[in-house]
Amino acid sequence: MLEVQQVAVNYRGIVAVENISFCLNAGQIVGIIGPNGAGKSSLIKSILGLIPLERGKITFRHRALSKQLDQVAYIPQRAQIDWDYPITVYGVVMMARIRHRALFRSVSRQSKELVENALQRVGIWDLRDRQIGLLSGGQQQRVFLAQALAQEAELFLFDEPFSGVDKKTEKMIFNVLDELKKEGKILLVVGHELKETSREYDRFLLINKKLIANGSRAEVITPENLQKAYGDNVILLANN
Amino acid sequence: MLDFLLEPLSFGFIRNSMIMIILLGILCSVTGSFLIVQKMGFLGEVIAHAVLPGLAIAFYIGIDIFLGAFISGMLSSLIIAWIQSQSRVKVDVAMSLVFSGFFALGILLITLLKSRIDLHSFLFGDILGVTSYDLWRTFFITISVIIFVKLFYPHLLFYTFNPLGAQAIGLPVAWINLGLVSAITLTIIASMQAVGVVLVVSLLVGPSISAYLLVKELHQMMFLGGLLGGISGVIGIYISYYWNVPSGASIVLVVTILFLLSFLFSPSEGILTRPQVLSQPHKLIKFLVKK
Repeated sequence: MLEVQQVAVNYRGIVAVENISFCLNAGQIVGIIGPNGAGKSSLIKSILGLIPLERGKITFRHRALSKQLDQVAYIPQRAQIDWDYPITVYGVVMMARIRHRALFRSVSRQSKELVENALQRVGIWDLRDRQIGLLSGGQQQRVFLAQALAQEAELFLFDEPFSGVDKKTEKMIFNVLDELKKEGKILLVVGHELKETSREYDRFLLINKKLIANGSRAEVITPENLQKAYGDNVILLANN
Repeated sequence: MLDFLLEPLSFGFIRNSMIMIILLGILCSVTGSFLIVQKMGFLGEVIAHAVLPGLAIAFYIGIDIFLGAFISGMLSSLIIAWIQSQSRVKVDVAMSLVFSGFFALGILLITLLKSRIDLHSFLFGDILGVTSYDLWRTFFITISVIIFVKLFYPHLLFYTFNPLGAQAIGLPVAWINLGLVSAITLTIIASMQAVGVVLVVSLLVGPSISAYLLVKELHQMMFLGGLLGGISGVIGIYISYYWNVPSGASIVLVVTILFLLSFLFSPSEGILTRPQVLSQPHKLIKFLVKK
């Protein structure tokens, strides 16, 4: 169980997140939604230990998460990566095993097997020797999904995994998310569009600096909550 | 032909300079590749100029000038990182300011301290003047940097590819970066004497970027870049010997020509030879005619 307790984060002197608390249980897919500038990425970064907490604490299995960062797999936004970097698909996925590699030692057989399994699972084993810039958007997203799988983490943090991917990849990502859920992992997905509030999620966190709502789709996606988060200029389309 | 190649080698100073440039070719390719993939090529230029104040002070107080240069160079890149992390100022501007600020301070110090540092040889270098002490120092720096890179290669690869991800998985990114910057500063100090600070960046990024267009993985870029760097250096010294022209400039010109060749003729990405062009030659002809 991941516990986020009364977390506050400042970014260059500006309050980005104030007093957010929630719990994530194993075997759940949780979506974080909110408008641009709502502090979604600050929240993610504080969970990853990339920016210091102003207040509060984050624990995983009752120990500080910052002491067990290898338990967290982070799938970055595609735009954050330099796709011209001279590296192959296999090389990127192998990075996941870095904490298991001793100095002076070559890669263990176990690591090689895990990397192969991960690549097979997301369907890009055949592309393993390709330079990453020569992949399509969907394939690029799969590379980082495979990297996360090879890490054998307990907690998965996805940063806008569905932006710019094709329908086929989107379905594949959800399939893998479902499998991970059955394995009892904790899955946190950041989206930036309300259309990502699909039925695949078990729970939603709606935030705008503070936590506005936390619960099932029906509980969170209500006109009042959305107005609180997005202000008056939100246009509610057909309530599907 | 054989005489043509062997004649210069009968001089001790030419032999020394050949060994020196081969060592530097390898060293520059290893660290320069990391600069390239981090899109920090300009940092080489900054550090190269920022060593000047340290050089002047070390000369004045009578300590090893390379120690002064190292401290000064490291300080410049730490200041850039600090400005970047503490404000909205972007890295290119921070680098430009630190670059000119340090260089100006250096020139001021040289004048004030009435230093006998020869600004001309600082700027343009003199590889034909290397001593065996210089060779040993460069050899030692090259070996240390290669051992460092070999030991921490997976960490350096991860950090330069995805710094946020490296931090998120718990790698000691501050130390990795410090190691990388130290290696780059050492490389620049070792190369300064050969080609001078104005041309050092060429040796640092030139051979590796030519290699970048020919291979698909970072370690291949380092190996091929090292080879190209060594070859450029040796050819440059021959040119300098037979045409009686400055060695630094000859070496850099050869580096540049090799880059142009790779840019035009790389099998996978060359302007004239990439698969798209070869399969549709009429498009290329149209393109050239239009120009």
